[in-house]
Amino acid sequence: MSTDLALQIGEHALLARAEFGKLIDALRGQGYAVIGPTLQGGAIVYSEISGESELPVGWTDEQEAGTYRLKRREDEALFGYVAGAQSWRPFLFQPRRTLWRAKGSAADFAIDPDVRETPRFAFLGMRACELKAVSIQDRVFMDGIHPDADYSARRDAAFFIAVNCARAGATCFCVSMDAGPRAEAGYDLALTEIIGEGRHDFLLEVGSPRGAVIASLLSLRAAGDGDAAEAEAIVERTAQSMGRVLQTEGLKSLLQENLEHPQWDDVAERCLSCGNCTFACPTCFCHTDEDVTDLDGQAAERHQRWDSCFSLDFSYIRGGSVRPGIASRYRQWMTHKLANWIDQFGESGCVGCGRCITWCPAGIDITAEAAAIRASIEKD
Amino acid sequence: MAKSKPKLAVWKFASCDGCQLSILDLEDELLALTGEVEIAQFLEATRAVSEGPYDLSLVEGSITTAHDAERIKMVRQQSKMLVTIGACATSGGIQALRNFRDINDFVAAVYARPDYIDTLATSTPIAEHVAVDFELRGCPVNKHQLLEVVTAFLFGRKPMVAGHSVCMECKMRGNVCVTVAHGTPCLGPVTQAGCGAICPAYDRGCYGCYGPQDTPAMPAMSKVLEAHEMKGRDIQRILRTFNAHAAPFREESQRHDAADDQG
Repeated sequence: MSTDLALQIGEHALLARAEFGKLIDALRGQGYAVIGPTLQGGAIVYSEISGESELPVGWTDEQEAGTYRLKRREDEALFGYVAGAQSWRPFLFQPRRTLWRAKGSAADFAIDPDVRETPRFAFLGMRACELKAVSIQDRVFMDGIHPDADYSARRDAAFFIAVNCARAGATCFCVSMDAGPRAEAGYDLALTEIIGEGRHDFLLEVGSPRGAVIASLLSLRAAGDGDAAEAEAIVERTAQSMGRVLQTEGLKSLLQENLEHPQWDDVAERCLSCGNCTFACPTCFCHTDEDVTDLDGQAAERHQRWDSCFSLDFSYIRGGSVRPGIASRYRQWMTHKLANWIDQFGESGCVGCGRCITWCPAGIDITAEAAAIRASIEKD
Repeated sequence: MAKSKPKLAVWKFASCDGCQLSILDLEDELLALTGEVEIAQFLEATRAVSEGPYDLSLVEGSITTAHDAERIKMVRQQSKMLVTIGACATSGGIQALRNFRDINDFVAAVYARPDYIDTLATSTPIAEHVAVDFELRGCPVNKHQLLEVVTAFLFGRKPMVAGHSVCMECKMRGNVCVTVAHGTPCLGPVTQAGCGAICPAYDRGCYGCYGPQDTPAMPAMSKVLEAHEMKGRDIQRILRTFNAHAAPFREESQRHDAADDQG
């Protein structure tokens, strides 16, 4: 086994299953908090890990609209599941945080910006759709004249290890959104898990100088043409087995031209307006600020927390909420995600991860809703 | 020169006292609270009472007797601001189960001498009797939200109390959805946040302690509960707990009356 492979960006090599733990060790050795897939609460949950024993070895998931179940696999795959219950979003865009604190005195007040040390995360097991989702949130939080300092700092410090999908779930449609299943860009390292007769390896590809440094700390062996072809075939099979399809051609105008379509009322009868879709979505970025004071008024804090277009308060302006009905809220979410996002940011806000379908307690399916509107228009 | 502190009064109607205990449970903040307000009436904590009028009244409990229906008017007259705290005061509480049956049957079943009992046929929230300035939900109320309500009152601003679903705080907490991942029926989608999604954090479905969220989709909720093997009678029962009389829960539970009869 060679350990002298000095990989350049774009080059690949094989990492044996038996050597996999050293990847986590190397990342931790470089000061990263490694966040990887774990089994928690009956699902795959991305959480901090200290070693390979915490990975969901031999587990997979079955997802459908409104249901998610863990199942045993027949092999010992490390990444044999599809997309985790929650994306990596909470690590970069925190559910709650304090923006600043202020202390009052008799004449004045002083602001403490509440700057904290930026955690250095290594995300182990990012799917192509999740990498794409991060790039979409990057545009929201880091582009423009007011970049979000906390998100930017966490994002810049983070190390991304992608895993190309060897399986598609029943709610997956990344192919429709041109967001997977192969990680094309944005990773430091990418892995394809190859399990076959007598072998369990990872084809490791280097995507950045930081990735090359970590790769240099691993026991790798040269990959042959057959290995690369096998990895390619695995991803291709996944691409061919997507559980869902979202027809994107003309979708933007289809939605924008049908704001009064009866399908919005139809979905409103099933929608709980609970907001689960927006908090499971890896690209939803809405948040609100809340100011609190202590009892004597001498200290104040501004908090930021996730918010959702499904809450009544979200569209509250003087005199009431602009979107009192559930139909208008579902329409706002879906037309923003699939259509108006393109006007706003130049690309769709959906990556086809399927979380909004799986984690909707009512099992509402964004691909089916879009298809229903399309079918009724094409019929007319 | 000592400033004149606003007078705070705490009142009890038909209730278990749990929400008043949430005030006493503010251990770390109690001294600061007494620094800012004069606790003028709080019998759960002290016999010392000073006369009204009061700047802020916190009212616990529901109206279940003719006497209390008059007493709440007196409280209102003496209070500049009146805030109701807890499921009893805001929706009638668990004792509002009487609203769905004949009170005389209950009295006969429970008491050896029914003729000693003088009670109303219903248990109703304070807001059905007098004007209420703010309603703080929960069974019991969350002490941090309670402190926020009092603090907001002191500065004349609106309390930061969200009206959205439990699901949102459940996801913010990092819980895995118990309905989707375990098939456990849960009222989180129609229930107002505030508890911190405690039950789902311990693999239980939400019991709806905080009452209906801003825009609860009750028929859609029933369909999801049915899909997770709850029958009409069970749905009626889960909706008829601490907030049984809250209109969205009450009306949806009544839709399942036919199922109840088949029992």
